[in-house]
Amino acid sequence: MGFDKENKMWLSGNEAIALGAWEAGVRVASGYPGTPSTEVMGNLSRYEGVYTEWAPNEKVGLEVAIGASFAGARALATMKHVGLNVAADPLFTAAYTGVRGGLVVLNADDPQMHSSQNEQDNRNYAYAAKLPLMEPSDPAEAKEMMATAYRLSEELDTPVMMRITTRIAHVKGVVEKGTKLELPEPSLEKAPAKMVMLPGNARVRRVAVEKRMQAARELAETLPENRIEPGSGKRGFITSGVPYNYVKEAFPDAPVLKLGMVWPLPEQMIRDFAANLDELIVVEELDPFIETHLKAMGIACRGKDLIPNQGELNSFIVRKAIEPDSIGELFEPIELPMRPPNMCAGCPHRGLFFGLSKIKDVFISGDIGCYTLGFLPPLSAMDACVCMGASITMAHGLSKAMGKEGEGKVVAVLGDSTFMHSGITGLLNLVYNNSYATVIILDNRTTAMTGHQDNPASGHNIRGEAAPALNLEMLCQAVGVKRVTVVNPHDVEATRKVLKEEIAVAEPSVIISRAPCVLLPEEVKRKKPVYSTNLDNCTGCTQCVQMGCPAISWTPLTPEEAVARGYREKQKGVAQITEVQCNGCGQCASVCKFDAITRKEAK
Amino acid sequence: MKQSGNILFSGVGGQGILLASELTAHAQLAAGYDCKKSEVHGMAQRGGSVEAHLRYGQKVYSPLIEPGSADILVAFEILEAVRYLPYLHKDSAVVVNTQKILPPAVALGKAKYPENILDELKSRQINVVAIDAFAVAESVGELRTANVAMVGAMSNFLAVDPNVFIEVIDTTVKEQFREVNKKAFSAGRAAVYA
Repeated sequence: MGFDKENKMWLSGNEAIALGAWEAGVRVASGYPGTPSTEVMGNLSRYEGVYTEWAPNEKVGLEVAIGASFAGARALATMKHVGLNVAADPLFTAAYTGVRGGLVVLNADDPQMHSSQNEQDNRNYAYAAKLPLMEPSDPAEAKEMMATAYRLSEELDTPVMMRITTRIAHVKGVVEKGTKLELPEPSLEKAPAKMVMLPGNARVRRVAVEKRMQAARELAETLPENRIEPGSGKRGFITSGVPYNYVKEAFPDAPVLKLGMVWPLPEQMIRDFAANLDELIVVEELDPFIETHLKAMGIACRGKDLIPNQGELNSFIVRKAIEPDSIGELFEPIELPMRPPNMCAGCPHRGLFFGLSKIKDVFISGDIGCYTLGFLPPLSAMDACVCMGASITMAHGLSKAMGKEGEGKVVAVLGDSTFMHSGITGLLNLVYNNSYATVIILDNRTTAMTGHQDNPASGHNIRGEAAPALNLEMLCQAVGVKRVTVVNPHDVEATRKVLKEEIAVAEPSVIISRAPCVLLPEEVKRKKPVYSTNLDNCTGCTQCVQMGCPAISWTPLTPEEAVARGYREKQKGVAQITEVQCNGCGQCASVCKFDAITRKEAK
Repeated sequence: MKQSGNILFSGVGGQGILLASELTAHAQLAAGYDCKKSEVHGMAQRGGSVEAHLRYGQKVYSPLIEPGSADILVAFEILEAVRYLPYLHKDSAVVVNTQKILPPAVALGKAKYPENILDELKSRQINVVAIDAFAVAESVGELRTANVAMVGAMSNFLAVDPNVFIEVIDTTVKEQFREVNKKAFSAGRAAVYA
């Protein structure tokens, strides 16, 4: 009984990976926040003896890690799945250079798109870039596999991908503590044939890549992370990652080949396992990655003809896919009002989007962050969203397609962190190629969506120490934007006026909408006023309700109820502020023309 | 009382669900079980529906509760109890806070908050224990302990000794909040049979 605190910890996958990285002697780690990967770097930054940083984007982060590896230090780059698209350029060539110090690319996929714009299976990157890929099944394994990943990286002279998913990253489990590895000091050593990838050298390394993958293939046959769990019956499963757990729950007695290294595959081990079975089923989330390669080897198996290739799995889905008759009756869901996420009460973005929502016929090219929620009603102020930084470049493309017709009608909206991630080059292009789109940078002084990570404009580094803060105005001017205006989005009227003026202008223009995220710790602590409704004055005009603030609710009234409460018969209802939810931004008060919202001083 | 089980926590972002599930997990660990817990971070936290899955037993593989297999549902809001009906079975216990938080469509007057919606659970013979967690929290003098009061109410349905929860609060909660949280736990536990 009891929990052995001496030797065990209760950790999330991301906490466990941070511990694993630290125990493996990682010296330099760089990453860009992205759900579900973010907490790896946040946690690692609390350990002594490892340098951590938030990079402006994933490409920068991976390149920093490659540099550290070239100095002989063990290095880590962290990112979410779409972040690896950004970092794909260095990834594919780092596969040629190999490493000095071990290099692990921690990649977090998000099946089900809990907090992502797409659902991609990044195991495909390991195949395409010719890299070994490890895939743990729970937090405990994730920690242990970090040690294996670094060992393999150095033994095989290659970056190693570690692929996790949301149900590793944000799952808590029991993890065993280990000891920190002591490694030699870094050094500068030149090895141009290996590190300078011009064609002559790269052609030589191209051969080395194939040799290394052959060595990895052989090593995979005996790697303890690839294991056969014997069972009864003639139906067996090949699985990896989180789906392994679902197989174990759904078919506890079946033989299982559990793959910890998913690329390259241990072909002989798979053949031996399959030889004793009548039926082989591959259970994997998203793409038929293992299945496709098994079929290419000529091994008969089933997979995606049974198991869904979309969304995340669970033991129910796996059982139902394979033995549909074993499923009992479930209670049917009851239709209820949905509860989608919403911008917080007091969010500065609301004032900006409220202004935008009042401008007719403008196409709002959006981006990735909390402010993507500006898409939702009642604001409904976003018309496109594709990937980080694309707001600006798409707006430019829209304006070029529309020509004169589109003047005064094209706007890009993106956050401060997103702008620094991949908006700057787009803005440069917009100026260089003479666009008229208006770019709005929502500067809330943090990377809010992923949980308030510092960034190059926030004035602090990952450890909270003072750091140089980028001056966004000067940057935009340096890129060549002549019209740069800063607004306070809580001042709804002034913001609306600037929006109208700047959008109308047929030249590049940047509006910086600047107010701190209301959830930043210093903002939470700050004494703020509270707004309350003076119901006698409410005319039911719905201006405040149209802001979509969660602290404001609308009570519909029938004509009889309206009259009974002393309103005009045709008044459709009243708006009311829930004071405990109010964060005191005052945006609603500034749009109320009837003096129905009053300010009370600090709580 | 089962030697393994599934506890589902549901509510609205910001209600303290993660802490409640964390406290429960620590108690199960202290009682000698293996545990896995699944949470959702990121976009869903912004005032949307949130859930946490906690599974315990001798050895737990999957971090997710299957539909039809939640033994206990701890719902911090009425709609968020009924929303998870497909996760329940006929012997499930539902501990629900009687608070109502209006979903956006209701707040905008575009939809109605359904009346007496808990009857949907009761009519299916599910054991529903409704408690006013805010009243319990108020009675101990700290509204922010409503989530711990919910854990207290839920603890009636577990084999774990309530003292284990008290010890967990002692070791995991900041000193200045310990006493009030212990009171909230005990008051929540008592509220079920009150």
